[in-house]
Amino acid sequence: MPMHIGEKDFRKRVSKGISDDYMRGAVRSAQERLQNRRAAAAEELGDWEEWRTLGQQIRSHTIEHLDYYLHQLSDKVAELGGHVFFAETGEEANEYIKQVIQKKNAKKIAKSKSMVTEEISMNAALEEIGCEVIETDLGEYILQIDDHDPPSHIVAPALHKNKEQIRDVFKERLNYKKTEHPEELALFAREKLREEFLAADVGITGCNFAVAESGSFALVTNEGNARMVTALPNTQITVMGMERIVPGWEELDIVVSLLTRAAVGQKLTSYITALTGPKQAEEADGPEEFHLVIVDNGRSKILGTEFQEALHCIRCAACINVCPVYRHVGGHAYGSIYPGPIGAVLSPLLSDYDEYKELPYASSLCGACTEVCPVKIPLHEQLIMHRRKIVEDEKKSTLAERVAMRGFEQIVHSANLYRTATKMAPFLTTPFAKNNRITKGPGPLRNWTDIRDLPQPANERFRDWFKKRNKQGGAI
Amino acid sequence: MKGSIMNRDRFLTNIRTKIGGLTASQPVEKPVWTVSPQKKVLKDYTPDQLVEVLEEQCQHIHTDFFRTSSNSLEKTLDEVLNHYGAKSVIYSNDERFVSYQLNPYFESSLSTGREIYRWNEKDKETSISFAEKADVGLTFSDMTLAESGTIVLFNKKGQGRSVSLLPRDYIAIVPKSTIVPRMTQATSYVQEMVDNGEDIASCINFITGPSNSADIEMKLVVGVHGPIRAAYIIVDDK
Ligand code: SF4
Repeated sequence: MPMHIGEKDFRKRVSKGISDDYMRGAVRSAQERLQNRRAAAAEELGDWEEWRTLGQQIRSHTIEHLDYYLHQLSDKVAELGGHVFFAETGEEANEYIKQVIQKKNAKKIAKSKSMVTEEISMNAALEEIGCEVIETDLGEYILQIDDHDPPSHIVAPALHKNKEQIRDVFKERLNYKKTEHPEELALFAREKLREEFLAADVGITGCNFAVAESGSFALVTNEGNARMVTALPNTQITVMGMERIVPGWEELDIVVSLLTRAAVGQKLTSYITALTGPKQAEEADGPEEFHLVIVDNGRSKILGTEFQEALHCIRCAACINVCPVYRHVGGHAYGSIYPGPIGAVLSPLLSDYDEYKELPYASSLCGACTEVCPVKIPLHEQLIMHRRKIVEDEKKSTLAERVAMRGFEQIVHSANLYRTATKMAPFLTTPFAKNNRITKGPGPLRNWTDIRDLPQPANERFRDWFKKRNKQGGAI
Repeated sequence: MKGSIMNRDRFLTNIRTKIGGLTASQPVEKPVWTVSPQKKVLKDYTPDQLVEVLEEQCQHIHTDFFRTSSNSLEKTLDEVLNHYGAKSVIYSNDERFVSYQLNPYFESSLSTGREIYRWNEKDKETSISFAEKADVGLTFSDMTLAESGTIVLFNKKGQGRSVSLLPRDYIAIVPKSTIVPRMTQATSYVQEMVDNGEDIASCINFITGPSNSADIEMKLVVGVHGPIRAAYIIVDDK
């Protein structure tokens, strides 16, 4: 699956998202739950702001010296007997992975969740050479079984599907006979996938964080599949985005603690697995052969620009979980495997404005994303910078778009104006509303009402909603 | 054996020109971070207070908690195994099973019809196929994190990766002295080994309760690919 998913046309994707009632309900409750859990975990920790400051310091230092730390990491991995391949493009990465697999004459590949392999369409490349690639993360497995339905959230990829749909997919494809209870569905997947783990020739994982000083890398999971993938097959390939690295173990502690709290409100997930090289002498399980593939695929274009901080991202999805626009349109509307605020910042950078010029506008600039980001990436400022660049680049937008964008920018630049505009929106827009959805907006908002959450003007504004939310706090 | 490194120069030179980095031969000094909130967590807690924190945390991570003395360890273990209906048990090849005198218990267990197997790092096939079918995997904890309720295993040699992974249920014996406040103490320990140029375990696992997933409608399902149930037995030190 490439980075781009779904319909080419942004508006079509959005309207599809808006009309999918189940998905929108699921997104809303998932957001609430995850957001509450994050808030509770942050509160419990006490010095959340200090933790964020530390996270930010670690991430900026590491990215500022990325060349040094990648050099150190690769030296260490090679010292331990692992092989390191630096891939500038997705094709280079896939070519190398194919070679390794062909040399082993391997057919069955067990894979644990990895966004970067999605980004470079690795599965398709391996299927081309006759391999069977099995996704072993429960959510990814469900999507794979269902004809490669694209993911809609970076932490909970099958969020848009309900349990009845999952039951039907299992029934149809795997001859499943039981009910739609999540326990039964999960148990069934456990049994099915057990066989696959034991039979797989090669295990492929992503990488949450590599540790430069020791040549290690850590996987943060709950299900245990990444442990299987790294314990049973004889050959292991780990694919990492080049920015997913920290200097030492002291820093690993911080980014992992931030990630698990911000992503799912857990102090630690069930499994944090830190792997260092292939298995050593006198060890029965673990891979005999280890390959680390470090992928650029557009990331280095971001270095040294005003968007460098986007590379600090630790993929926790906290920004997605608070985003009122994501809440409204769902993950698929973004047309990228990276949805939500971070997706709106990152997708145009990794790809280009031609493909993703609408995304920076898929935001109400309420700033909730920036507030929750555990490593303090100024997401909404980055979105504004994108908009400026897009507008400056006259060739990239039609006259109507330019006018609308400027008007919109003026509005959001003034908190007062924003309030007025959104407060007025309910009655101003009533004549345009259809089924409680606004299809056309007034004045400068016209072009954006169908893609922006003008937080359901009929009910409450996002800021109010968010304030209320925060006060309610949350039980896990 | 040293592995290969491919395409590095071109790749890193590109990065270096973008960020104006130094050449790799000049080591980068890690700065002193201005804050260290991680060091304040559960600071100055006594070992008994840490046990309390751990016990409380076990409720949040769906993990059964037991506390016993080293003299009663055998009895407690027997109770927990019965409670879990364990017909087959695999345990790691760890000398602490000897020092806590559990070997006679394992032998007598055999006569009651319970299958018991010690992980054999020299026999991958048998070890994995036993673990895969076992009801219970049993290990000692190498380090235990009170805050999160986490068992840290330095998986090497006899401490096989699969013992705590493949069986249906997982039981960890936790000597009280292994309990530290949080992950910070474990990572500092590893960092020290790295700084001293010592080898670290090829796999360091931080295990927090049974496996779980919320991938279906965000509903928590306990027990996915890893163990379905987990228990910690805290034992006073020998
Ligand atoms: S941008 Fe920040 S909040 Fe969003 S996924 Fe990345 S780290 Fe998390």
